[in-house]
Amino acid sequence: MIKILKSFSRRILNAIFGKKDSIKLGFYGPPNAGKTSLANRICKDWTGEEIGAVSKVPHETRHIQFKEKVEIKHKGKELVFKITDTPGIATRIDYEDFLKFGIKKKDAKKRAKEATQGIIESIQWLDDMEAVVVVLDASENPYSQVNLTIIGNLIARKIPVLVVANKIDLKGADIKKFEATFPDYEVVGISAKEGTNMEEFYEALFKLAKKV
Amino acid sequence: MAKLFRKYPDLKSGKLKELSMHVMPFADVQDLSISERVQKILKLVLDNKIVLLQGRLRPEEEARLIEDTMALVDHVKNFQGIELAVVEPNLRNQSLFTKAKYGFAKMLVGDSNALTIIGPASLIREIKKDPSKIDLFFRK
Repeated sequence: MIKILKSFSRRILNAIFGKKDSIKLGFYGPPNAGKTSLANRICKDWTGEEIGAVSKVPHETRHIQFKEKVEIKHKGKELVFKITDTPGIATRIDYEDFLKFGIKKKDAKKRAKEATQGIIESIQWLDDMEAVVVVLDASENPYSQVNLTIIGNLIARKIPVLVVANKIDLKGADIKKFEATFPDYEVVGISAKEGTNMEEFYEALFKLAKKV
Repeated sequence: MAKLFRKYPDLKSGKLKELSMHVMPFADVQDLSISERVQKILKLVLDNKIVLLQGRLRPEEEARLIEDTMALVDHVKNFQGIELAVVEPNLRNQSLFTKAKYGFAKMLVGDSNALTIIGPASLIREIKKDPSKIDLFFRK
């Protein structure tokens, strides 16, 4: 109720003073789903700069990353977002998994330590979000408990959610599985790397912003 | 158990030395605070036990479980984290009466129709889940 009132009063004030407020938009999901790739594509499209580095090694993003005032235009409308890219949420971290990617033992241990801190940070930042894009890997099984835990926490906090099934360019990607798993949410299939279906994504993003 | 041995011959051949499961009835955790619930579960997991919890944790408890797990990974040697899965009755295609029945029971005694499986990642390699079944893959 308080959230609705706050949102309503903000809209009224913005309408009166013509001030454009930015929507705090978070990118959440499991590691290596492509959160930073998507955030990078959006930021590059609209600000000319990327938000962070991407890698095939899981847990590349180990700290929260921001991009303020990302102005997105779609079908004659304009919205301003504060984009927050978060470390992937997982229930297990084993430094030995990083060794397979050719990372030295000392660096792998450091990466694992930072990754655990990053996961805690991601969860703690949930309360600060006004809307969240949950980025999942379309070629993986959607019924993972981490995915359900993330969405369950967003529902509990009454934060509007958009589910993005990324990597639809990969063999084995099955968007229908995701639509069946999350029937109460709009699911958009994209490839952040290739830029596929980005128009559909922006359409869904603007619909999501209306719920804030 | 015979079915379990057929599917996981390592269990019978003795390659997997220990498989200890702890059944936690809903009544055991019902009156505990979030911290106490999470602590109770993690204590068993650190003891290399697979916890079968009747019911399911609330979303904020699951988030807290992940947070506390990560803090432990950082501080406890050889602890790699947990594997977690929840199985619950699929009510999507059930009649309104059945849905109402479950809803009423949930209101009275909490979400005790679900089953939550939590185990140490050093023991459980992966839990594959789809809406109606769960496969546990153990580490060799």
